[in-house]
Amino acid sequence: MLLTISTTHRPATDLGFLLHKHPDKVQEFSQSFGTAQVFYPEAGDERCTAALLLDVDPIRLVRSRGASSPDFSLGQYVNDRPYAASSLLASAMAEVFRTARAGRCAARPELPEQAIPLEISLPALPCRHGGVELAHRLFEPLGWQVEAAAVPLDEGFPEWGNSRYVRLTLRGEVRLADALNHLYVLLPVLDDAKHYWVASDEVDKLIRAGEGWLAAHPDRGLITRRYLNRRTALTRAALARLAEVGDDLEDALEPPVEEETAEATPDGEAAEGSGGEPTGESDRPTPLNVLRREAVLAALDDVGARTVIDLGCGSGQLVNALLANKTITKIAGVDVSAHALTLAARKLKLDRMSDARRARLDLFQGSLTYGDSRFAGYDAAVLMEVVEHLDPPRLPALERVVFGGAKPGHVIVTTPNAEYNVRYETLTGMRHPDHRFEWTRAEFRHWAAAVAARYGYQVDYRPVGEDDPELGPPTQMAIFTAGGGDV
Amino acid sequence: MSDKTLNEQPTPRQIGVPAMSLIVLVGVSGSGKSTFARKHFHPTQVISSDFCRGLVADDENDQSATPDAFDVLHYIVGTRLRRGLLTVVDATSVQFQARQQLVELAKAHNVLVDAIVLDVPEEVAIERNSTRPDRDFGPHVITRQRKDLRRSLGKISRDGFRRVHVLRGDEIDNVTITLEPAWTDLKHLTGPFDIIGDVHGCAAELETLLTTLGYVDGRHPQGRTAVFVGDLVDRGPDTPGVLRRVMGMVEAGTALCVCGNHEQKLVRALNGRKVRVAHGLEESLTQLAEADPAFVAAAKTFMDGLISHYQLDDGKLVVAHAGLKEPFHGRASARVRAFALYGDTTGETDEYGLPVRYPWAEDYRGRAMVVYGHTPTTEPEWINNTICLDTGVVFGGRLTALRYPERELISVPAERVWYEPTRPLAPARQRDPAALDIGDVRGNRFVETRFAGTIRVREENAAAALEIMSRFAVDPRWLVYLPPTMAPPETSQLDGYLEHPAEAFAEFAAAGVTRVVCEEKHMGSRAVAVLARTPEAAEKRFGVADGSTGMVYTRTGRPFFDTLTTELVDGLRAAVAPLWAELGTDWLVLDGELLPWSAKAESLIRSQYASVGAAARTALPEVVTALEAAAGRGLDVGLTLDRARRRLDNAARFRDAYARYCWPVSGLEGVRFAPFQILAAEGRATAVRHPHDWHLDQLARIDAPLVQPTRHVYVDLGSVESRQHAVDWWEELTSAGGEGMVVKPVERPEGRVQPGVKVRGREYLRIIYGPDYTESLDVLRRRFLGRKRSLALREHALGLEALARLADGEPLWRVHEPVFAVLAMESEPVDPRL
Repeated sequence: MLLTISTTHRPATDLGFLLHKHPDKVQEFSQSFGTAQVFYPEAGDERCTAALLLDVDPIRLVRSRGASSPDFSLGQYVNDRPYAASSLLASAMAEVFRTARAGRCAARPELPEQAIPLEISLPALPCRHGGVELAHRLFEPLGWQVEAAAVPLDEGFPEWGNSRYVRLTLRGEVRLADALNHLYVLLPVLDDAKHYWVASDEVDKLIRAGEGWLAAHPDRGLITRRYLNRRTALTRAALARLAEVGDDLEDALEPPVEEETAEATPDGEAAEGSGGEPTGESDRPTPLNVLRREAVLAALDDVGARTVIDLGCGSGQLVNALLANKTITKIAGVDVSAHALTLAARKLKLDRMSDARRARLDLFQGSLTYGDSRFAGYDAAVLMEVVEHLDPPRLPALERVVFGGAKPGHVIVTTPNAEYNVRYETLTGMRHPDHRFEWTRAEFRHWAAAVAARYGYQVDYRPVGEDDPELGPPTQMAIFTAGGGDV
Repeated sequence: MSDKTLNEQPTPRQIGVPAMSLIVLVGVSGSGKSTFARKHFHPTQVISSDFCRGLVADDENDQSATPDAFDVLHYIVGTRLRRGLLTVVDATSVQFQARQQLVELAKAHNVLVDAIVLDVPEEVAIERNSTRPDRDFGPHVITRQRKDLRRSLGKISRDGFRRVHVLRGDEIDNVTITLEPAWTDLKHLTGPFDIIGDVHGCAAELETLLTTLGYVDGRHPQGRTAVFVGDLVDRGPDTPGVLRRVMGMVEAGTALCVCGNHEQKLVRALNGRKVRVAHGLEESLTQLAEADPAFVAAAKTFMDGLISHYQLDDGKLVVAHAGLKEPFHGRASARVRAFALYGDTTGETDEYGLPVRYPWAEDYRGRAMVVYGHTPTTEPEWINNTICLDTGVVFGGRLTALRYPERELISVPAERVWYEPTRPLAPARQRDPAALDIGDVRGNRFVETRFAGTIRVREENAAAALEIMSRFAVDPRWLVYLPPTMAPPETSQLDGYLEHPAEAFAEFAAAGVTRVVCEEKHMGSRAVAVLARTPEAAEKRFGVADGSTGMVYTRTGRPFFDTLTTELVDGLRAAVAPLWAELGTDWLVLDGELLPWSAKAESLIRSQYASVGAAARTALPEVVTALEAAAGRGLDVGLTLDRARRRLDNAARFRDAYARYCWPVSGLEGVRFAPFQILAAEGRATAVRHPHDWHLDQLARIDAPLVQPTRHVYVDLGSVESRQHAVDWWEELTSAGGEGMVVKPVERPEGRVQPGVKVRGREYLRIIYGPDYTESLDVLRRRFLGRKRSLALREHALGLEALARLADGEPLWRVHEPVFAVLAMESEPVDPRL
């Protein structure tokens, strides 16, 4: 990977003083992941160019870091890091040009204070989730003239479109120290990945490098969030081994757990993750996931459930609400994802929970397509936004396990109403990449009625969220009651 | 109390205890129980209260720990009894309550319980205790215990023990104890057997069936043994005739018979007990009233002596009238007998007033085959290795026998309707063949395979697989096999190569293999195709009744396409048409590759491979330019420049390597399936039975554009020329961009020999190890194959096991178990590049 910095400041060779690197020398700096070299392809009075060339050895990266690295791609031999401008380059740059970045120059103390004409080139800058536009958005407010060209994925397959890489040239009159700090922060932000674990001292680093420009940056929120990006790697690593060629890795590994988080984020960034549910007007109505949870709690209250099993509990939001309700004496949270359960245990602060509360709660891994005696013996079972994550041919297995095997007194099912999807302007396809189907109201009722008849339940329906006169509510709910009777 | 109630016998005395039972020693402290236990039983069979006191208090005499010590004792004893182990409790047990707890524990586990009382004089016990420094309690304790014992002896026989053996004086030292096998234990009889369903007085049909089975006057010329599942009597026209025949055979040792509920009730009626005369009892009583009283007496004795069930053939076969769940096999209690005679009833009755039966067979997960009758059905059906043979002959149905071990059903029709059924004869309860239980897959598991012994699946791997299986895999009814991982050969030391055929040939030759086949490794994704000739065949074999006729899935059990699957399956079914008749099957499981790789993996190719290529091809030319400029200024960047130019070339080769796997696909246009093995067909796991040349020959019959043949060469490992020819073939294949080849022993080898190894081409490996891997061969040669190779062997054995179970017609959960295990193994951390 290559970074070139040119100036037409007179004399241009002052760049050597600023960078503390002599224009007529080739200097090498050993890095943990490879070797950095600084050399000058040109060094005239009118124009001087310094090049930082980082030779990353992907095999060394894999061998030294293994698959548990925070940046998934570092576990791969087939890796863009040797070619792309990433956090590796930012780190190497920070180290090699430490003095320059600090704005010190012993030989010419006045130089670092001057804004000088600079031209910075990065031939392959990864810009995830934003591309060329994002590069403009992030650099232009800092006084740069941005020239950014998308790099095609493969000229042989034009239908594949553009890669995530951008050929970037920045031009402007900027202090060199500021320029280096811009790059130091924004390279990993654009790449949306880091090669090291983000620890708390990273906040300090960001504040320091962003001094004088970040606070005023219109996209400071996005920059901060992405810079401090944190990844849970262990479960991902295990799943990644299982995830195979052919699946969109990101989608496949994204457990449905995070669906709620995506929904809960009101604006901006939500769109860049999954196809997150849009949330409508600016006066911020109650998010749908909250409405849904409240509707389920109300339904549980109406049927008088004292013991509840949440099938597909995800990160445990409903479980948490149930724990707060003292009339519920026994709560089970079940999920098929071990990762979700770990997350739930953390969010519920399981390790610090009082004995009395802990005794009411049981969290365990289970699958809705395998019969399980642990599911039995509850007044009510909740399947909140769960059925749509199953392939339709597997639904009979779920029905048998829940309605035929566990046989709770009541089953509460919620699922998206597909008719309502047209209300989401930005939505293409389904509401979550893992949804296998989304039902219309008629389809849902057809399914629910058939299940109720087969297993001896009665079923009632309720809307969740604004009940559109034409399209129905965004979420639909069915309340099944064993042996009939009124809810 | 008086000694008359106790049977004193002259020494030496012999006592018998059940081989699988609980034995409670009773005696005061110092009566010699521990010495006695040591002399007659294995140390692990004896659980003493002193030992348990030591476990929970570090002091065997700490009386304050007694309640906890007994909790532990009861837990250990309960666990042993559950596992079917003879257990001896060494505690004083002089009080009724102490004995009662143990008797209840035994009953809870359905095992018999005997007491052995050591009745020693008080002075002897006190004397013995005084010589033991650790027993610091005074003689008053012994006196109290002695009092408790004397009080107990009078009524101990009513405590619930099967037998109470009281030993005194010399008897204690001279007694011999023999272990009596359970009455139900006929494990030493290995058959072959003909198990015959409910006869219900249909003597004529019984004679016809016996003749059909080859019996001549109650004896089979090949020494087969008939086993009657009970309900010989009632309803039918000739109960005495049936009894006469069966009693004669049992007496002659050519038949066994277990007790049915109708025998039980008939005996009670014959004994003059008050029973409701219904369900055909009247017919028996009328017929027997006309029979010879001596015969009736013999029949009564015979029926009274029938036991609840038999364990046969080393425990692999269990026969009980109404079936028997696994924890009850070989056990004896009123509960076991009730289950065996009446089944697992829910306590409810149906609209005909008959008891509703709990479908225990659907939950059955035992290893033993359970054969039973009791519930008339139109068609006998296997449910989880159990089968009901009552086909309602007395109601005008058929009389059915099962040949064991052949698993062959033989039946003869009723001559007429002898008795009107209370409720219409129905097909067996509609079972749901997709019923899997979490217990089938969860936790640490040990999967027994026929080719590699027991294979362990770790709990955390099972947990990971549970998620993948539940969220992404196809319906488990189609998921009858998952392909094993495959290891590369030892790393090549040849210049420029990481892998080379020479190591593969050397490895197999060293393992004693003489002939291998080299099969072209297709540039696609591994795919398993499950195909049924018709929807009916799909339903019959795979239990899928939605009209679909097959599935094509990936190596982790995911579907290949959303909407194209049906079209692909139909295309493949048409393509394999020549094989249906040739193999005499109406379903097939094929192992192969689905091409192109981009059909399934395009998003991965784009996000990973093409991205890296794009970054490289954009960045490297600028690196070269910058370095050339520096070199032009006289700077010393020569080595770096050389390397940059080589890397630019590598990047181009890398791009060519992945691009070869990509071709445009529109619908199924451009998609091809390349099968290389027929995994299973009706009645046989072909992967187990046939060598690879058979598979390739059979597959060569397919001629369809959708199916791509697998190019291959055979190698005689003894011939240098033959080996060289294959190496040349591989070089040609891979230099043209081919992925490489798989080398397999033609005949399935014994022992720990890899079922195949993959030898990948030099250019292809850029996709695996990165564009510049050729720059770092020395580092890459340090790779560790052991784990991968061990995994490959285990997964292969599990895969074959799944196929063998499928071909044997075993239930879904049995096939699913090894398939799930393969997926679990795949989550083990192994270098994914191997």
